[in-house]
Amino acid sequence: MNAWVTSLRAIVLREALRFIHQRERLIAALVRPMVWLLVFAAGFRAALGLSIIPPYQTYITYETYIVPGLCGMILLFNGMQSSLSLVYDREMGSMKLLLTSPLPRGWLLFCKLVGSTMISVLQVYAFLAIAAGFGITMPGWGYVTVLPALLVAGLMLGALGLVLSSLVKQLENFAGVMNFVIFPMFFLSSALYPLWKMAESSELLHDICAVNPFTHAVELIRFALYLQFNGAALGWTCLAAAIFTGAALLGYDPARTRMGRKT
Amino acid sequence: MTGLRASNLSFSYGEKPALEDVSLEVGAGRFCALLGPNGAGKSTLFGLLTRLLVAPSGMIEIAGHDLARAPRAALARLGIVFQQSTLDLDLTVRQNLSYFAALHGLSGRRATTRIDAALDRMEMRERAGEKVRALNGGHRRRTELARALLHDPSVLLLDEPTVGLDAAARAAITAHAHALAEAGKTILWATHLTDEVQPGDDLIILHRARVLARGTAQDIAGGDRTLQERFLSMTGTAA
Repeated sequence: MNAWVTSLRAIVLREALRFIHQRERLIAALVRPMVWLLVFAAGFRAALGLSIIPPYQTYITYETYIVPGLCGMILLFNGMQSSLSLVYDREMGSMKLLLTSPLPRGWLLFCKLVGSTMISVLQVYAFLAIAAGFGITMPGWGYVTVLPALLVAGLMLGALGLVLSSLVKQLENFAGVMNFVIFPMFFLSSALYPLWKMAESSELLHDICAVNPFTHAVELIRFALYLQFNGAALGWTCLAAAIFTGAALLGYDPARTRMGRKT
Repeated sequence: MTGLRASNLSFSYGEKPALEDVSLEVGAGRFCALLGPNGAGKSTLFGLLTRLLVAPSGMIEIAGHDLARAPRAALARLGIVFQQSTLDLDLTVRQNLSYFAALHGLSGRRATTRIDAALDRMEMRERAGEKVRALNGGHRRRTELARALLHDPSVLLLDEPTVGLDAAARAAITAHAHALAEAGKTILWATHLTDEVQPGDDLIILHRARVLARGTAQDIAGGDRTLQERFLSMTGTAA
């Protein structure tokens, strides 16, 4: 058991050290949601009217509404960033080190997932602190109760990143991931607008949003920030996490992978 | 059997065969050179021996452990120096080695002792605190070798480990690998450079996915020609 804990600690520490060395990654991770929060939200506030929907008990400003969605955005982008670094690792050779370690491959991938999720969650808290500095605050205990929601959502999106990294063969192909995974996932969700608003314009789009796992991750975070439990969102997020993890394990199965091939 | 044994390995990328019915056996304390021109199948064979790839047929045994049936036990006895660097350029030499040690379940004082010993062996102790990015090619390769030996493997695989090194660094790494074989390790050294092979070494010549010759280097070379001349005549390619 000790070897398992040792490897987990080492992989998480390595992810943290790499993150510290990439300061621009932290800045980008914080600037992106802040731009949405302070610039886009200011414009959209006038255009969008929000009704009272759970978990809110009163009318809220648009800035308040999109905070959980922007937390999800950080997790989503960071999951993809980790995926990108896995593709890079594979091209550079350091992935081989991980995959030839005498520990179950599933465990090693899980350690990677935990490492990237921890970094994502830290970034979310940094964002929430900055948002609070601009007067966009949540209930005090919400900052505590959101932690498990962030971990579950982060693991789900990190697992999606793992799947993509097993599919994307070259670093150059990653632009496609941006266009066909990140943007649709983000915009076809409840991150920026409530689903009933979406239904007003298109039932089909509303249905797509409703099955998007990112919607459920955002709702899980939203409810947790307001000290409420959303069982359906948790269930969907866990289900998506299990499916993505299973697909990632298949993707990194040595009998299927082409990891050993020269690049 | 404490060395390395592989039998009847075949592998293809789609329709293109990369290895066809390849078998090899390297005993404990032997240095075996796997010589082949570019594209002969050396890296594919290394992929199979390290379980990065899985062969549809055949068997691999590392220090007596079947790689398919007991992959963890087999990989625990295997040290690997890949052709590509596996070091994180932004971490120090010691941080890189600590990371690898942890992947083999080594931590704390035990890991520190092993890392110090490995660095001493490779004369890299004074560079332990330097970032890998600051090291030259020779020192990076020495770090890779120190890393591969940290968990005291019985079998060491080196996939063209001297690529990109100057003559002095190449000679030093080659000599060190031979010394490790004399100390009892099983060494499989993939290369396309005949001057890295000593007359008494075991030699396997791989060409177009098949084993072309096996024996000691001096036997394969024959008395009247150099190994390079013999290799060229066998493969019809530049060495």
